Amino acid sequence: MILLDRVTKNYGKETTALNRISLHIEPREFVIIVGTSGAGKSTLLKLLTREERPTSGKIVVGGIDYETLKNKDIPLLRRKIGTVFQDFKLLPNRTVFENVAFALEIVGMSNREIRHTVPKVLEIVGLTGKEKNFPSELSGGERQRVAIARAIVRQPKILIADEPTGNLDPKHSWDIVRILEKINHYGTTVILTTHNQDIVNKLQRRVITINHGKIVKDQAKGTYMQS
Amino acid sequence: MRRFFIIFRRQCKAGVTNFIRNSWLSTAATAIMVVTLSIGLTTLIANMTFSRMIKTITDKIDVSVYLVDNITPKERERFMSELKAQPNVREVNYVSKDRALEIYKDQNKDNLELQNAISQTDNYLPASFQVKTNDPNKIEDIASTINRTPNKKLQSDEPSYSGDRKQAIDRIVSIARFFRIAGVAASAVFAVISILIIFNTIRMAIFNRRDEIEIMKLIGATRGYIRAPFLIEASLYGLIAAGITVAVSYTLLMGQADNIASYVPEVLYTRDFFRDHMWEIGGAMLFLGVMIGILSSSLATKRYLKVYTKSRRRSKT
Repeated sequence: MILLDRVTKNYGKETTALNRISLHIEPREFVIIVGTSGAGKSTLLKLLTREERPTSGKIVVGGIDYETLKNKDIPLLRRKIGTVFQDFKLLPNRTVFENVAFALEIVGMSNREIRHTVPKVLEIVGLTGKEKNFPSELSGGERQRVAIARAIVRQPKILIADEPTGNLDPKHSWDIVRILEKINHYGTTVILTTHNQDIVNKLQRRVITINHGKIVKDQAKGTYMQS
Repeated sequence: MRRFFIIFRRQCKAGVTNFIRNSWLSTAATAIMVVTLSIGLTTLIANMTFSRMIKTITDKIDVSVYLVDNITPKERERFMSELKAQPNVREVNYVSKDRALEIYKDQNKDNLELQNAISQTDNYLPASFQVKTNDPNKIEDIASTINRTPNKKLQSDEPSYSGDRKQAIDRIVSIARFFRIAGVAASAVFAVISILIIFNTIRMAIFNRRDEIEIMKLIGATRGYIRAPFLIEASLYGLIAAGITVAVSYTLLMGQADNIASYVPEVLYTRDFFRDHMWEIGGAMLFLGVMIGILSSSLATKRYLKVYTKSRRRSKT
């Protein structure tokens, strides 16, 4: 499903964010990527969503070799990957319903189908009744659930969540993690980066630890101890 | 095809919705467009009126050629046709001695003493040709025909285009030329300033929403999909602004032209022109407003729609 082969990412001549990383993730896996700030977690995810290009190395996601990927095809790639961000990245001028619907609008889905699909997804993330609210009227946890709803509404094979609990309190953080588990249960590959020791240790999933741009640990049922 | 229409309808709807939801920004951008388009249209109206004024003045410039009393009809005809053959001559009118007297009397009808004096003496006014030119700037060409030796003999006096009068005519002509050029230059400068102001306003409006563009890109929207609502929104600024500008300008021009005409009568010509070409001018203004909106908006969004924008080069790791 996801293959990284000796991937390096440099910023200028001085900074190496990722240093010859190789990684393989199977379909339906739930992978947690941990590491201190600046370890290279977010860079890794940005390479997967093609927000960044690697300096060297090979990346293949869902059969697409990024080396041969044209710029005009990047939107099509991003439609196949659901992404959840730490800062939610919701459209401020659109309601909850419209934010989720936007992901379907851009692929040309009919209004009828959208009216049918969006409420179902909002129900999964527990936001029924909030359809007409604007993001500014929601709590942090609710906003993140809107972001998740938007990421999963197209039923992507891969869901990338970049520190989705970073701005949330423990209770809301667990709500989010439970939703991610549910999505994974339905068959989506989930890649989660987090700092949250408690979540990592309780989930008992594959944990990849990155430090100074290198993978230092890759455990099938891993734990994470913050130094 | 169906998908294309669904997407197109959505983009139009998004453009209109953005226009309404960002009401303060839309109002500001539209207001600035109204001001700049009004300046443009006012300059056009002023320029047109002024050109007409210059034309009225220069039309009055003619050359009088005074003829000797004993000129034969044959000689007169030959001289006249020679003048008419000049490319710069628009019209040659023959004013006979009797007609000259009539005009003189008419001009001095309030001066009884002068009237009596004239009627008691012989008519000393000469017959003349009134020569009107196509281009008063090129009056010299005609002067050479008038001053040709066989023609010179037929004249009782120097033509009016000589000496002090020549200087005055030259001066009017050069002033008129200066103002005509200045008018065109001022219009061009105003047009450039207007476009720059409108472009900057729209750019600021889009700068405010760069995050929105970034989010859309991350979700997988294509560049065209992201850009279209911005173009529609900006063309709405243009459409509404041009509508307001045309409505206000027409109301003012139609309502106030009579008052202004007491100072500048030529404004009536401009008013009539605008009234007769209302649909063409209105349509052109709407088209201009929409085009400026679309152009500014597409230039402004271009930067944020690049695949790898500069701001993203440094990643949060």
